[in-house]
Amino acid sequence: MDWMTTIGQLINTTLVFSTALIFAALGGIFSERSGVINIGIEGFMTFGAFAAGVASFYAEDAGMGAASPYIGILAALVMGGIASLIHAVASITFKADQVISGVVINFLAAGSTLYMVKLLFEGAGETTLLKEGLAKVPIPLLSDIPIIGEGLFNNYITTYLAIILVLVVFYVLYKTSFGLRLRAVGEHPSAADTVGVKVLRMRYIGVIVSGVLAALGGATVTLTTTNTFSHNTISGQGFIAIAAMIFGKWNPLGAFGAAVFFGFSQAIGNYFQLFAWSKEIPQEFIYMLPYVLTVIVLVAAVGRSSAPASLGEPYDPGKR
Amino acid sequence: MGAATPVVELKQITKRFPGIVANDSISLKLHKGEIHALLGENGAGKSTLMNIVFGLYQPDEGSIEVNGKPVIIDSPNKAIELGIGMVHQHFKLVQPFTVTENIVLGMEPKKMGIQLDYKTSVAKIQKLSDQYGLKVNPHAKIQDISVGMQQRVEILKTLYRGADILIFDEPTAVLTPQEINDLMGIMKRLVEEGKSIILITHKLKEIMQISDNVTIIRRGKVIDTVKTSETNPNELAEKMVGRSVSFKVDKKPASPKQNVLEVQNLTMKNKEGVSVLNGLNLNVRAGEILGIAGVDGNGQSELIEAITGLCQVDSGIIMLNGKDITNKSPRFITESGVSHIPEDRHKHGLVLDFSMSENMVLETYYKPPYNKAGFLSKKEIDKQAKRLIEAFDVRTPSIETKARSLSGGNQQKAIIAREIDKNPDLLIAAQPTRGLDVGAIEFVQKQLVAQRDQGKAVLLISFELDEIMNVSDRIAVIYEGQIVGEVLPEETNDQELGLMMAGSKKSGGKA
Amino acid sequence: MMSKLFKIFSVNSLLVPLVAVVMGLIVGAIIMLIGGYDPLLAYGSLFKTVFGNVYDFGETIREITPLIMTGLAVAFAFRAGLFNIGAEGQYIVGMTAATAVGIKLSGLPIVVHALVAIIAGGLAGGIWAGITGYLKAKRGVNEVIISIMLNWTALYFSNYIVRNFLLEKGQQRSEEIKDTASISIGWLSTAFDNARMHWGTIIAILAAVFFFIYMWKSKQGYELRAVGHNGHAAQYAGMSVKKNIVKAMFISGVFAGLGGAFQVLGVFHYQAIFTGSPGIGFDGIAVALIGLNHPFGILLSASLFGILTYGSAGMSFGAEVPPEIIRIVIGSIIFFIAAQGIVRWVLKPFYLKRKKEKVL
Repeated sequence: MDWMTTIGQLINTTLVFSTALIFAALGGIFSERSGVINIGIEGFMTFGAFAAGVASFYAEDAGMGAASPYIGILAALVMGGIASLIHAVASITFKADQVISGVVINFLAAGSTLYMVKLLFEGAGETTLLKEGLAKVPIPLLSDIPIIGEGLFNNYITTYLAIILVLVVFYVLYKTSFGLRLRAVGEHPSAADTVGVKVLRMRYIGVIVSGVLAALGGATVTLTTTNTFSHNTISGQGFIAIAAMIFGKWNPLGAFGAAVFFGFSQAIGNYFQLFAWSKEIPQEFIYMLPYVLTVIVLVAAVGRSSAPASLGEPYDPGKR
Repeated sequence: MGAATPVVELKQITKRFPGIVANDSISLKLHKGEIHALLGENGAGKSTLMNIVFGLYQPDEGSIEVNGKPVIIDSPNKAIELGIGMVHQHFKLVQPFTVTENIVLGMEPKKMGIQLDYKTSVAKIQKLSDQYGLKVNPHAKIQDISVGMQQRVEILKTLYRGADILIFDEPTAVLTPQEINDLMGIMKRLVEEGKSIILITHKLKEIMQISDNVTIIRRGKVIDTVKTSETNPNELAEKMVGRSVSFKVDKKPASPKQNVLEVQNLTMKNKEGVSVLNGLNLNVRAGEILGIAGVDGNGQSELIEAITGLCQVDSGIIMLNGKDITNKSPRFITESGVSHIPEDRHKHGLVLDFSMSENMVLETYYKPPYNKAGFLSKKEIDKQAKRLIEAFDVRTPSIETKARSLSGGNQQKAIIAREIDKNPDLLIAAQPTRGLDVGAIEFVQKQLVAQRDQGKAVLLISFELDEIMNVSDRIAVIYEGQIVGEVLPEETNDQELGLMMAGSKKSGGKA
Repeated sequence: MMSKLFKIFSVNSLLVPLVAVVMGLIVGAIIMLIGGYDPLLAYGSLFKTVFGNVYDFGETIREITPLIMTGLAVAFAFRAGLFNIGAEGQYIVGMTAATAVGIKLSGLPIVVHALVAIIAGGLAGGIWAGITGYLKAKRGVNEVIISIMLNWTALYFSNYIVRNFLLEKGQQRSEEIKDTASISIGWLSTAFDNARMHWGTIIAILAAVFFFIYMWKSKQGYELRAVGHNGHAAQYAGMSVKKNIVKAMFISGVFAGLGGAFQVLGVFHYQAIFTGSPGIGFDGIAVALIGLNHPFGILLSASLFGILTYGSAGMSFGAEVPPEIIRIVIGSIIFFIAAQGIVRWVLKPFYLKRKKEKVL
């Protein structure tokens, strides 16, 4: 294997790993920009990964062939939306502590998905392996360019979608009236309320979009990486996505950069065995890398100042 | 004019909250082109009434008519639709947004149905600003502009929404005397352009200066509505409080002795690296009350934090009784003889979720008899709490009651009891009467004078010029982190102080 | 955010958590019905498992013990205004430190070795949490995020230690600790039909008592609570907010670390290389919340949690219900406790009735 191919593949793998993180981090941004902390991202990803695994399997079973993964994605979106309602109802309507509500989501996701898997697959701990997940879609001509052709333009459709979505979310947040209102609600809900912006409605939208996007992220893990759903399909990606969001200062472009960086640190683990010098480094240290780096960067650079000002505070119009 | 239909008429509005009738059958008429003042003490029910007009609360009884038509205002949106706008006391502005973004929020001009049309927005705001002479920069971020400017943004928000009826809620609380004058000018201009204004305030001076009519409410009831031209401040004050009040604090002339506090050349930068104290000098002597006059945000809070050790200064010296206490810990400073009635009693003064008993030993819990070998003696703590609560007449159901559930006046009394009981050499009182009713204000001010008479040094910081004038023996004016002048209350007046507070320096520094 | 938590967890009576538990069990029952299972049979076999014989009862106590410790850990930090979501990582490093001392130290007498190993576990957990506390105090970094990151770091770090320094050849686990480091209680285990009973359980109960006395009777506890409720007022009163944050996290971490140490020294006698996080620390969050962040509440909620978890194995035997149903039940209980409005809404008719009776 020559080094050009290796680098191309490394870039490619980086993007594969990043994709789920990008979706989930964008989801986190929607929720937190509206003022609702979302540490349930991990749970929403789990729900999405589960729905994708199950629905794709049944679609395959029904003979839908190449369309099956898309049924899976659709199911994940719906599942994420429904699950996010739990978080929304608890933390927005009933003003529960948002962190605890997120913990609940993670609890429920871990328990209920496995419960349902066992229910549907006769006691098995994972869904039946999918015959076909998503396939890579090379972009004509561009994919023939050396290194970056393999790296950037021979990837899953979800990866392309994630990159496009970064720009879309940026546009929505900063250029549309919806985005202005969403951010206002996260910064100063009573200011928004007094000019007629429906604070609770905006927050519901923020949380639901968050759940949907995180579930989409979870679905990509099932459909591009594992091809099955089990208890450890989602193990920590949600938390890394949260870290990416914070790194990126709640800005979609920043979060994208951070997600790619984390994707890279995951991907490089796979390539470590290739080099003589890197074999010396224990694999555990590679696994640790993104987490340790997050701590270091949080300590070194990021203050709290860029977080939405009213993040974590339930909106209670009576208290003004 | 009198026979014309009022633009707003409130009829017998009643609003009850658990345990209290906030508005008791209140009626009020506002005519076109009128500035109608609503006068009352804190807690008299002014804000509740206006929140009803603005659609934030629903009245339990009574009705509202706008231009002669009965309406139900069930949301701020509805109020806006009816042409009612509110300039809130605590500005409702999103700090990192621009002026334009704040104003158009909720009613944004759009392109292609979703995109915010920023250019059109800016143009609209520029036009409105010019029309009413407001001079705001549509591109500035809120966090970068002055408080006075922020208030104008609030006014523009209502005008942008086509408000004809503007409610100003205590609009002068945060302004300099000059800014207050500017605001009065703006209000007159608004009325000339056909708007009508309800002015909520407890400041008699402003009412006399600008309003056409005054409605006085007390304990949720309308006491009277009078023409401003046919009344005077004393009459208004009596109606507001329910008894005759003397605005003068009874006190003998001070007999100051040695310096207790000396502050020399204090400089300090805040977290953002902005200089907040710029070579500040002052001294307070035993047996005198030094009042610090100044507009909020000129370094008062930082000065107190520096003296009490809550913040570190960059240079300069703070001496207490000749002992250097610069950059020492709060505990060291407290033990050296400083007591501090903090500006924000909820933030610094009390742990709201602690019992009153626990709060009364907040600074002494670690000393005997409260602390015995690392364990706290509940008996001794309760004894102390009971003693203070009785001595200062703090109204609380019991010493086990959480501080949170006491009224503001009683919370303040408890803090004052605790601080005075420490028998300090220097008592720092920051905004000690903020948000209190007249009775409590009198109590607090009397305590300060009593401390002075016992030979303590008292440092009083207040944004209320009246309080500074009435209570202080000597006045130092703070502006941009410096003392820009010192005057004696009997030798100065509001105009002179106002000018000094706005930074036009006077040859300061005597005494 | 924290002040709200305190409001929830101190003012209210025991009614809310009790109703929440019942509602959680009902949610579980409904989900079982939807899945085509018999909830009565399931819950029945759950309790039969736990209370059916002495062995299982002993094992349930074994299951409860670490939950008490991580529950106390989370609650202790809560009282100081901190959310220690990192009990998981502290628990793991506590295990590893105890394992290392249990294996590598030799020649120590029987009680001493065990004590040293326990202390090592507690200290490791305390230091691990102390890192979070220090970064929070000094740099103002959010403790939740740091804790989450340190959880994963602890997992891989422990695996690294076990794999490289303590490994039993050919196994995915460490060697066994020396007998001198064991805290198992042989005669009690015999009495419980070889269930794994150990001294950790006694220490856990003592830890709850310590928690109570420290927090509500001591000078330091007063400071911690003041900092937790209102850091500004604490600073005004001359307390060091930073020192108290670090202290609170340290003590919190000691609880979690001890939990990990007990598990190694009293139950497994070795440490496995983890394929995923063990979850006891995360469960501690649930235990603390259900126990209203009060040490004695935690004894109860850890018992409930342990009974449900241990008994869930019996559910899958007895009623063929996947044991994960218990995670749903527990998640629902926390949900109902956190979103109290829902519980109140359910209770409303009862309150109204009571009020009416009073009027009469």
